[in-house]
Amino acid sequence: MAVTLTINGTSHNVDVEPETPLLWVIRDNIGLTGTKYGCGISRCGACTIHIDGKPVKACQTAASAAVGKQVTTIEGLSKDSTHPVQVAWVEVGVPQCGYCQSGQIMSAAALLATRKKPSDREIDAAMADNICRCGTYPRIKAGIRRASEIAGS
Amino acid sequence: MTNVNLSRRAFIQTSVAAGGGLLLGFHMPSASAAKIEPTPWNTPTSGVEVNAWLTVDPNGGFTIRIPHTEMGQGGITSVAMMIAEELDVPWNKIQTVFADPNRHLRNNKEYKVMSTHGSQLVRLQHPHLMQAGASARERLKEAAAQAWGVPRDQVVAKQGVLTSGAKSAPYAEFATAAAKIKLDKEPEIKKDGEWWLLGTPTQRLDIPHKVNGSAEYAIDTRVPGMVYAAVKACPVPWGAVKSFNFEAIKGRPGVIAAIELKAVPGKEDQPDMQNAVAVVADSWYRAKTALDLLPIEWDFGPNANVSSADMLAIGRKVVEEKGIVSKDSPQAIELVANGKKVVSAQYERPFETHARMEPINATVHVQDDRVDVWSPTQDQSSAVLLVADQLKRDPKDVYAHTMFLGGGFGGNGAGGTAVTRQAAEISRQVKRPVKVLWSREEDIAQDKQRMMSVAKLSASIGANGLPEAIVTRAMWFSKGKANQIGPATADYGITTMPYIIPNRHHERQNVETHIPSSTHRAPGANQTGFITECFIDELALAGGWNPLDWRIEMTKGLADHQLVLNMLKDKAGYRTDLRRGEGMGVAIVECHETIAAACATVSVSRRGQLTVEKIVVVADPGHVINPHAGREQMEGSVIYELGHAWMGGLDIQKGRVANTNFDSYNLMRIDQAPEIETHFALSKGKRWGGLGEPAGPPVPPAVANAIFAATGKRIRSTPFRLHDLSWS
Repeated sequence: MAVTLTINGTSHNVDVEPETPLLWVIRDNIGLTGTKYGCGISRCGACTIHIDGKPVKACQTAASAAVGKQVTTIEGLSKDSTHPVQVAWVEVGVPQCGYCQSGQIMSAAALLATRKKPSDREIDAAMADNICRCGTYPRIKAGIRRASEIAGS
Repeated sequence: MTNVNLSRRAFIQTSVAAGGGLLLGFHMPSASAAKIEPTPWNTPTSGVEVNAWLTVDPNGGFTIRIPHTEMGQGGITSVAMMIAEELDVPWNKIQTVFADPNRHLRNNKEYKVMSTHGSQLVRLQHPHLMQAGASARERLKEAAAQAWGVPRDQVVAKQGVLTSGAKSAPYAEFATAAAKIKLDKEPEIKKDGEWWLLGTPTQRLDIPHKVNGSAEYAIDTRVPGMVYAAVKACPVPWGAVKSFNFEAIKGRPGVIAAIELKAVPGKEDQPDMQNAVAVVADSWYRAKTALDLLPIEWDFGPNANVSSADMLAIGRKVVEEKGIVSKDSPQAIELVANGKKVVSAQYERPFETHARMEPINATVHVQDDRVDVWSPTQDQSSAVLLVADQLKRDPKDVYAHTMFLGGGFGGNGAGGTAVTRQAAEISRQVKRPVKVLWSREEDIAQDKQRMMSVAKLSASIGANGLPEAIVTRAMWFSKGKANQIGPATADYGITTMPYIIPNRHHERQNVETHIPSSTHRAPGANQTGFITECFIDELALAGGWNPLDWRIEMTKGLADHQLVLNMLKDKAGYRTDLRRGEGMGVAIVECHETIAAACATVSVSRRGQLTVEKIVVVADPGHVINPHAGREQMEGSVIYELGHAWMGGLDIQKGRVANTNFDSYNLMRIDQAPEIETHFALSKGKRWGGLGEPAGPPVPPAVANAIFAATGKRIRSTPFRLHDLSWS
């Protein structure tokens, strides 16, 4: 059965069961592999994407739920890694293995879209769904603070 | 040969222009078969290969082939820095690519070591990596010397330019000649203190790829015609498949086949297959959904009722019995038996799992003339051999493609896991490229776990409040009663405690379990660091000593330990007079030849809510080549180990792992993470230690000791979450 999805501004017709999680449609049908599988139960955040600008876990979102909406993945966050969060991530050197970082960056970008200068507590609350097994949390916090500065300048 | 005379200024301008189209930093490995080169060791430029690690490119760049994997530890950057240091070329002219394991094996282990484990990359591999750069530099100088008619020692090689008197040329000019030169004597590598690049904090070359989704991991592999497999092994390890009914799922969309994977009797090592069933479909989600619905009847075997509690009971019994003697001291036994003041305690730690964020996976494409493998392994050369063995093919025809690893932590070491064999077997049977991906539940249930351990320690305290004797017995549960896992035995970290206690007697036991076990970041020290350093805290306090001063006193004469402990004292502001509910604790553990000490500051609410406020870590790896990556590894190690000790712990029920996803096996999250401060105390002697693991082990004991200081409650097992920390 065909589902039509708009991902990073491009329309795609995909032949999947409508209940197929968006994660697998994005990765395996469309071929955008920046969004990662980590747990499949919405507990690690590696698959975080934006739907109409809001952060959601793609592993627990049915493809049908995104029909008619704007889906943004890490590949669509900016054309050339110039989103303030990406710039700050490079500057601070946030990623280690990097596997969870697409999700971290999408969560951080969504936070900064609503809170220009988030408090430490707001950063914790917004990012607590995103696990980093390498333990880059101190640099994620520093990266968000730096991204906030970059966006404000 | 054209003799090029360029001023240094002109060289920089020329090479910048020539390098305009060159992709510097890191050249992405390809996850697409369409892009596979028939000879994968060809570099992406038309450079001249001076040796296996290095090509000098005509446009002023230098391509360095990285024999090791990148799992976030900064390996790509470290290898490139070590070679660039000796070669003496501008850092921004370096391009890196992964070296090819097939070439390595064809040419009698040309890269010496391709495995990446044990915090070894700098610690053990720096001599031959730096040698590769030094040798290339000297051969370039020799080529110029011969062309210019001067002795080699009158040629200077600096920042990519060869100079002698008025003559000057870029390295590229002499690369072809240098490649043919054999030196009478290989140069010595530079010493710490003679470096211009090493020791400088350097941004990692892989980072730009890790902020935009372009970094490709094995799980991202896409091969034309590829199918997908979801796998379920017997939930009780080493159990068997009685039957399964493919008819029940055959009609589901996209389903292609169900394949039984069979363990080979007697083959129960880390990369050997368990009995399992795989469902193959045209997408992984369809394969996984069908597998979940596939009726499978298992024979769980003799371990079907084993639980963590049963195992703990065995462990507690075993430490009451005589074990293998690691260090013998009848006098220690006698002093402890008859001591006036004796402190005894028993410590316990559960199984932990690697839980790398990238679940275990492998893609294999079996063809008549070649086999291609994409696997998140810490040893690509082993992946080649495993697949060759599974398929009974010549390793020369097997090509492993090195991808970024979504974590490793020792779980992907030594060729990694059975998944590589599974993918080879399924691809052979379905005659198509196949990607096997373990669900997170499968990843945790079928991982090779870190061993459960129990230890009993007793010490007799002398007149000055310091111990005169210590007697310990430690046990772990390991598959096949394994005596050694990585560098560790069941009492590693106890026997290696640095303290000058006059009489020490240590014993250990290895008890058989069916739960597969393996190396895990900081093997041995990760479990016993907690056991040793909490017990030491008990001893210090029982003797009336300040725990930090006790450690300084008891390591007198050990200059490097003194350096680390004194810096910790200087930086951490350790205090024992905080108000109730607040506490500080310290610990020091050696691992992979690095000495690391931690100071923890915690607060515990009256109701027992724990907050770890801050961790200060001081490490002495002897030397550090990239302090930036080193600090990242120290921070990460702190979170990694604290996570296990605080909220971790695998639960074994009915012979299998009961908590197999992140709703029940908990990893540390950002809102629980402490502030972390890292310091290097570099002894700069003969010892070269690793940095990927050692900062972790001292953290759990430092936190437990801080909890004791805050609440008076001594924690002798992990995870902390199971302890009532309330106080009044």
